Amino acid sequence: MSKKVFGFFNKQKEYEKEVLENGTAARYSGFYADSFKRLKKNKMAMFCAIVLILIILVAIFAPLLAPYDPTYQDYSAVLASPSLAHPFGTDEYGRDILSRIIYGSRVSISIGIVAQVVASLVGVTLGAVAGYYGGVVDSIISRIMEIFQAFPDLIFAMAIMTFMGKGVLNLFIALRLLTWVRTARMIRGSVMQLKEKEYIEASRANGASTFWIITKGLIPNCLSTIIVMVTLGIPNAIMYEASLSFLGIGIQPPTPSWGNMISAAQTFISYRPVYSIMPGIAIMITVIAFNIFGDGLRDALDPKLKS
Amino acid sequence: MNEKMSQAPLLEVKHLRKLFPAKSGFLSKEKTFIKAVDDVSFTLMPRETLGVVGESGCGKSTMGRSVLRLIQPTSGEILYKGQDFMKLSGADLRRVRSEMQIIFQDPYASLNPRMTVGEIIAEPLNIQKKYSSKEETRDHVVKAMEVVGLNPKYYTRYPHEFSGGQRQRIGIARAIVLEPSLIVCDEPVSALDVSIQSQVLNLLKDLQSSMGMAYIFISHNLSVIKHISDRVMVMYLGHVVEMAKKTELFSNPSHPYTQALMSAIPLPERHSKRKKIILQGDLPSPANPPSGCIFHTRCFMAQEICSTQKPELKDIGGGHYCACHFCGKCQQGE
Repeated sequence: MSKKVFGFFNKQKEYEKEVLENGTAARYSGFYADSFKRLKKNKMAMFCAIVLILIILVAIFAPLLAPYDPTYQDYSAVLASPSLAHPFGTDEYGRDILSRIIYGSRVSISIGIVAQVVASLVGVTLGAVAGYYGGVVDSIISRIMEIFQAFPDLIFAMAIMTFMGKGVLNLFIALRLLTWVRTARMIRGSVMQLKEKEYIEASRANGASTFWIITKGLIPNCLSTIIVMVTLGIPNAIMYEASLSFLGIGIQPPTPSWGNMISAAQTFISYRPVYSIMPGIAIMITVIAFNIFGDGLRDALDPKLKS
Repeated sequence: MNEKMSQAPLLEVKHLRKLFPAKSGFLSKEKTFIKAVDDVSFTLMPRETLGVVGESGCGKSTMGRSVLRLIQPTSGEILYKGQDFMKLSGADLRRVRSEMQIIFQDPYASLNPRMTVGEIIAEPLNIQKKYSSKEETRDHVVKAMEVVGLNPKYYTRYPHEFSGGQRQRIGIARAIVLEPSLIVCDEPVSALDVSIQSQVLNLLKDLQSSMGMAYIFISHNLSVIKHISDRVMVMYLGHVVEMAKKTELFSNPSHPYTQALMSAIPLPERHSKRKKIILQGDLPSPANPPSGCIFHTRCFMAQEICSTQKPELKDIGGGHYCACHFCGKCQQGE
């Protein structure tokens, strides 16, 4: 076979080596590196990426950054207005709001990212399996998804929390049970559509394994859907945590979370508005940063949008 | 030609059938089948081009894909170089698949939009693990690009940056990069502009003469078939109705359906003396094909025997096969 290769191809003119060495081929380093280059050109997305990294760093290094212990109660300064000692003021127990926001980021970020990433992994896997294999497997997975989808999200999460008890871990589980279904449905649809494409058939005609088809053919083409689902899902999870905490069944005091801080602050909203505004701004910045970064990532992963 | 005859056939297809199950109702236990390909047999010699022609829905594409087992045939035998291709699996199947390739009709759907041209053409090499080093693979891809007339500087471009004709060249480069012995061309030019069609057809012809692969060339365009084929197979409703050498088929079409197809080729003369055969009725449903001869519902020659007895595909001389009770007896347009 190799003899045939060279016998035939050597008759063709020798290609110029510099086209490859100095030309575009040498600069190309693969789909993901290429996408990253495109992402770097998007200033807004890069700015949001930096903001997100900062928020994550704040969450990790909270004990070093927070000026006070978030549960320390200073009864000499209850509901204090912003000052040098307490830049965002204090709450009704005299706890420093800045410290509580810094510690609260740990709950919000971990719930947002961990719950969403785990849910996406489950959703992508089940959705891809259902879409790719079809038939009985698809029917079983789809029926399970329909059961989960039959309930309104918030009521479903409340039911789980009441059933299993309050706590961070249970909140994770409740949010995961909620979010995987949407991802799975989207991916199932995309995979069902993609697997009929002729380029997938071309890979199969060459003897590609199922693993090859999924990793080279299906996932890169589903990636923008997955990215959109994850980046929209993370702020969603943060919002759900805030809603559940606001309703009093999420994170329990004295552990600070952005949601239960807003919940506690509603009583004092006219007397000390800064108390509820500050955790609100924290949620807003995080959610917006995730959304814009997600949009940028999706565009970067689509070679068609290359400028 | 004599040399070709003495060689062993590259591909032998015997009684190939593909039935698609069709649901008749939610609770009904009765199963109906759409007979997309019904009892198709042919042989293909090395370096030969077999044109497959027929109207939409006659099973041409299903036949082409069944031969490569991209669609698993329901029954039948496929012998590739004497090996039973139907029974291969795992590594053996992958090895044989490296010698069989397919070129698709739609140059927009057949290229992965997330891969660069270089990656697309390198994919068969990578799947087959042909070269261990990236440089060797890349050099081979660049050579394949030059062979099909693509500038190697397009190596890192994405398919959406190309026109239809160039995309089809990328598809052809992907098909020839492993130097196969058989390529199934599934209407490779029907989505292209007429001016590009001839370029791509001539490229395919040139590649065949330099690399020596066999083509199964599927098309509904008789002029294209006439240009590229050595032998032609005419399909109707999943059946082969006529098969002959190109010159024989075009000069002496024996099946009424082939005659009707021939009469539909536009002629450049204004006042052509040729009489057009206009077929009556629509294509019958392949789920419920007519009894006897499948063509009798639309045939201008139909007699009583046609609706009761199925005509066999028989040799009417010199490798000219025809499935009609009145082979050769019918005159064009009568």
